[in-house]
Amino acid sequence: MAKRHTDPLGLHSVLEDWMLPVLVAAMSFLAALAVAGALASTVLAAQWQNDTAAALTIQVPQPGAPDATGNATRLAAVQAALQTMPGVSSPRLLSADALNRLLAPWLGTDAAALGLPLPAVITATWNGPGPGDAIAAALNKPAPGTLAQTGVQWAARVTALTGSLQTCAAAVLVIVALVGGALVALATRAGLAQRRETIEIIHGLGAQDGDIASRFASRATALAVTGAAAGALLALPVLLWLAALAAPFSGPPQLSGLQHGLAGLPPALWTALPCLPLAAAVIGWSSAQLTVRGWLRKLV
Amino acid sequence: MIRFDDVWLKYRHQDRGPGALARDVLRGVDFKIPEGGFRWLTGPSGAGKTTLLKLIYLAEHPTQGRIDIMGTHAARISRRDAALLRRRIGVVYQDFRLLAHLSAYDNVALPMRLARRAEHQVHADVTEILRWVGLANRLGALPDELSGGEQQRVAIARAVVGRPKLLVADEPTGNLDDEQAGRLMTLITALNRLGTTVIVATHNHALVSAYPAPLLEMAEGRLTAHG
Ligand SMILES: Nc1ncnc2c1ncn2[C@@H]1O[C@H](COP(=O)(O)OP(=O)(O)OP(=O)(O)O)[C@@H](O)[C@H]1O
Ligand SMILES: [Mg+2]
Repeated sequence: MAKRHTDPLGLHSVLEDWMLPVLVAAMSFLAALAVAGALASTVLAAQWQNDTAAALTIQVPQPGAPDATGNATRLAAVQAALQTMPGVSSPRLLSADALNRLLAPWLGTDAAALGLPLPAVITATWNGPGPGDAIAAALNKPAPGTLAQTGVQWAARVTALTGSLQTCAAAVLVIVALVGGALVALATRAGLAQRRETIEIIHGLGAQDGDIASRFASRATALAVTGAAAGALLALPVLLWLAALAAPFSGPPQLSGLQHGLAGLPPALWTALPCLPLAAAVIGWSSAQLTVRGWLRKLV
Repeated sequence: MIRFDDVWLKYRHQDRGPGALARDVLRGVDFKIPEGGFRWLTGPSGAGKTTLLKLIYLAEHPTQGRIDIMGTHAARISRRDAALLRRRIGVVYQDFRLLAHLSAYDNVALPMRLARRAEHQVHADVTEILRWVGLANRLGALPDELSGGEQQRVAIARAVVGRPKLLVADEPTGNLDDEQAGRLMTLITALNRLGTTVIVATHNHALVSAYPAPLLEMAEGRLTAHG
């Protein structure tokens, strides 16, 4: 006689049929957010990185004072040096107005009136190799005290940040997959316990383990796919809303909220979201198969 | 066809965890049944008849000893082949074991469907065998809607519908009246004459004397008579 599972608490009914899809939907929702986060951070990071790394800012203190040779002003000497410097292109001197605008938050609207010794600021594009340390050294010969900064270090930090975001997203996905698999296994075990008599009888009549396992696996797969599709669909409006919030930093300007959202979602997401039900199918099917086959091994 | 070689069996004491073993239920059982043979299996309640039959239809493993069924060493068989072998063994369980959510028809059709027989074949065979056991007008009834004797006849129909090479019946007349028991024996002897090996456990001595055949007699887990 087979072992009788007495279940006076009715624990097997803890996982009803509707619960599996609902819980899987929650998992899929989380997975959608994680995937979207990872993809969006990649896209944004790529944009920021190009902009940041290429930004070269040069400050020339006492721009009107004579340079080292005494033949020109320090500013003119720096500008001349920049013209011929490899890796540096389109240098542009910020006008006094532009400078005032930049400094307005700190110094008020008319910085010049304060009589502060403001440096001249030149922006340029840096596409030379490395962080551009040599720039300052070269500019300091004609105009000592000149500062030059590229965004390369910032770009490296953005890369590191993106990397850790992606690691987090990957961890979330792994956990979601494991929890999803465990949920399917639990629901399958509950189903097996409920139908124990039936399964024993069918087994005795000569059903193969594979026959029984695939019945459970198709049911589990159907429930998991339904749940995952629902979760991914529910995540979509949330993602659009988040993308609309992030739009000022990413998408093209002058779009309505929804357009912002649509434009702001990384294109790869439209491939990734339909993959969630597929992943759920694979996880549901294999988890149920393993569970049922393991359980059947206890039958002679 | 069936060969038991010094077979011992202890049921695992399920409630005390795996490994904890109870007393021996079968103690050194030795016998052979040739292909196409017929045997009665008798003995007092608790002697081990059902246990011996379970070993034959591959629902238990012996604790010790060797069992050959249809030329296959039972302990060496793969799960896959065990399932295929079970399809060639018809079993009438002492407690019927009908599926409560299936009609009489579907219960009887089950072994044929598991063997992936064509549905028209299933239909022909199932209706014929249910007519034979007198249930032609109860095809759609669920087990709960049938009397004990009717359920037993459904169980018998399920066991023989696939024309098994081996028929194992555990107390198949327990709920039948004399006329039904007689009909059942006609069915079983007909199958036996067509080559099915048969072993029937029973307490019904009248039946045994009406259909004389070699007897396996058990007491306290041993065969006390064989032949
Ligand atoms: N699953 C089981 N676990 C433990 N002990 C069992 C189990 N099944 C049967 N037994 C014990 O094995 C012994 C033989 O039981 P079995 O069912 O084989 O007897 P039987 O000869 O068929 O009796 P009956 O004529 O009443 O059907 C009995 O003492 C019984 O209590
Ligand atoms: Mg018995």
